[in-house]
Amino acid sequence: MSTRREFLKTSAAAGGGLMIALQIPGCAQKPGESALANPSAPVQAGAWLRIGTDGSITFLSDKSEMGQGVYTSLTTLVAEELDVPVESLRFEAAPPGDVYVNTLLGAQVTGGSTSVREGWEKLRRTAAEARARLVQAAAQHWGVDAAQLRADNGAIVRGDGSRLTYGQLATAAAALPAPANVTPKSASAFSQVGKPRRRLDTPLKVNGTAAYGIDQRFPNMLFGALAQSPVLGGSVRSFEDSRARTMPGVRQVVQTKSGIVVLADSWWQARQARDALEIQWDPGPNATLSNKTISAGLAEALEKRSAEAKVARNDGDADAALAGAPRKVEAIYELPLLAHATLEPQNCTVVLEGDEIHLHVPTQVQQLAQAAAAQAAGVPVEKVFVHTTYLGGGFGRRLEVDFVPAAVEAARAANRPVKLLWTREDDTTHDYYRPPYRHRCTAALKPDGALAAWKLEICGPSVTSRWAPAAVANQIDPFVLEAAANYPYDADNVRVSFLQHEIGINVGYLRSVSHATNCFAAESFMDELAYAAGKDPYEFRRGLLERQKESRWRAVLERAAARARWGKAESGRFQGIALMEGYGSFLALVAEISLDGGKVRTHRISGAVDVGRMVNPSIVDAQIRSGIIFGLSAALWGDITIENGVVQQKTFDTYRLVRMNE
Amino acid sequence: MITLHVNGKAIEVDAAPDTPLLWVLRDTLGLQGTKFGCGAGLCGACTVHVAGAPVRSCQTPLSAIGDYPVTTIEGLSADSSHPVQRAWLEIDVPQCGYCQSGQIMSAAALVASNKAPTDADIDNAMSGNLCRCGTYDRIRAAIKRAAQLAGGSA
Repeated sequence: MSTRREFLKTSAAAGGGLMIALQIPGCAQKPGESALANPSAPVQAGAWLRIGTDGSITFLSDKSEMGQGVYTSLTTLVAEELDVPVESLRFEAAPPGDVYVNTLLGAQVTGGSTSVREGWEKLRRTAAEARARLVQAAAQHWGVDAAQLRADNGAIVRGDGSRLTYGQLATAAAALPAPANVTPKSASAFSQVGKPRRRLDTPLKVNGTAAYGIDQRFPNMLFGALAQSPVLGGSVRSFEDSRARTMPGVRQVVQTKSGIVVLADSWWQARQARDALEIQWDPGPNATLSNKTISAGLAEALEKRSAEAKVARNDGDADAALAGAPRKVEAIYELPLLAHATLEPQNCTVVLEGDEIHLHVPTQVQQLAQAAAAQAAGVPVEKVFVHTTYLGGGFGRRLEVDFVPAAVEAARAANRPVKLLWTREDDTTHDYYRPPYRHRCTAALKPDGALAAWKLEICGPSVTSRWAPAAVANQIDPFVLEAAANYPYDADNVRVSFLQHEIGINVGYLRSVSHATNCFAAESFMDELAYAAGKDPYEFRRGLLERQKESRWRAVLERAAARARWGKAESGRFQGIALMEGYGSFLALVAEISLDGGKVRTHRISGAVDVGRMVNPSIVDAQIRSGIIFGLSAALWGDITIENGVVQQKTFDTYRLVRMNE
Repeated sequence: MITLHVNGKAIEVDAAPDTPLLWVLRDTLGLQGTKFGCGAGLCGACTVHVAGAPVRSCQTPLSAIGDYPVTTIEGLSADSSHPVQRAWLEIDVPQCGYCQSGQIMSAAALVASNKAPTDADIDNAMSGNLCRCGTYDRIRAAIKRAAQLAGGSA
């Protein structure tokens, strides 16, 4: 990819004002298709920033707000460069558009912990360019040199104190050519970035007015409930809806590709009538699938097909070192299927306007939602408009768009707006689950406890092979190697491999993706090795980080141990430590637990995290705590099981999440 | 027609008596600050007050309300000035925010009846409210802060 970046281009927004976009070469964008190729087109796709003639500044967030705070952190980047308080900016969700392709992921995606990393340069540069243009417009107006002017709280100011507001300058600024050599502020000039600030969306979330997908309402709208095959991958063979149709409020019953939708005047009525449908399901290929068969399939793959595994890292010759080793340790780890369990069940609202289809949808992937709707309706993507709502949790579940087509099909059948909403049970039983993995860890210890060889074989599905096949055409799925290929500990012979084994049901990315699975296996195995070597788990790890002595790895490990008062837990409590790098951040955590008749009680989790530069430390703090609790839910309770193709957990009594008292 | 007293107003509602209060609030009355999380009383996202007590509206049929006053997040205050809302703003509690109306309603009921809630009191009152984002630490801090604000000792 070219390092040259072209900064384009303005187009006059409706009613005047300034719109700024930039294009990063190397991204998928067909010439002539985007608004950027035609700057006079009054299209918003292609803009992050709109400065109105009224002085309002609107940031169009190309990342979805799902709790991680991007509406605040990304808006802060823009506000910083414009020298206005972030609280004075408006923010809204950007539409689908090639210009919004996430340059770290190659598609319009909110995920992979990329939002701030990807926006950092791009958004600051965009805003800095806008500021430069506003300064230039003021300089021309006053007939002075731009160097004599400065930006101050929404205006350009000259030496004598006279001011022109951004609103007054917006139209003139939009007519200027793109400025050259614009440089965003250096860190020492930051007045907002790096400071803890309150989130911009909090006021809406404490008075109930933040509008999620489930809250979309339109005149004449019908509410939909969807019946899907209880057996994953099954389909409708036949159905009888005569009783459902006579129930109160029911307007229509629509068979869709994914099941049967009941449309009614309220969602409760739709749901009651859905439950009254009599449906004969064709179970499809998964009629005998169970977590036992899945587990056996993974074990068999690893035994019989390990020669097919693709090697991701190969330092020295681990197999040779293991073959001749006097002291070998081996362990197998299995990770269960997990559900995302966003608290807002999956939903999609569809409004038809002429030949346009409008989706009001909580999604992490605007272009995929657009494409799914276009395909369901048989229309070009240009006819589909995506309005991203607040997301009541994402965690990767909303990287999928399986809840979109049925809503489109139902709205078209009824020719009315439709809000399709899943039940909790639908959501738990029809997820794209976190894949199960089987890890075989093998190591050889030297007499002094040093590592002669370390080998990790990962076996399981590759989500990326389905979700973005082009990304894995010539390489191993990078998302299965997280917290594995970057094994930090000193060993001359290291081998990390991945053996793809699909399990016949939909699996998807779940928060942290493979960091959680691989770190669990690799760091659990480090404890086994420490035990075998007769060493303290912390000292064992630290001793194997001599080559990383000056690194962030060892720094966070040492600080976590100090913070947790490692080795000084009170009687009856036990500590465990783990170390990981993910998405450029380093962290080490110490958990302190006790056992109460075999039940684990978590007393304290402490640690050290090095995330690099922070835009908003308060949000980072919240996200780290959030991740710990999410991980705790997975560790203590998370387990999706399948019998005869049917997911056994339906709701929060059997798919448990950590509660306040836990 | 059934008469409901919601947020200080008497409202005629045309819905079947066995309809859960949640769906009357959301779909019939358009009070959508109250959320649907599970429909089984397990997550607390639908928590409202009935006669001042926290109630899972997804488990409460319309017919059970009678003349008791119902308060939703929209009726807690007109301007987010309720001590719990002020504390939530100050501590910056929400992440995705979906559970927060229910959290706030449960917390408001706790603070109304307990001037100085202990950690154990908070565990008892709040463990029925799930937060998938894990905002529990800030919820706990905000409840203690709200109790201060409510007691005027701020």
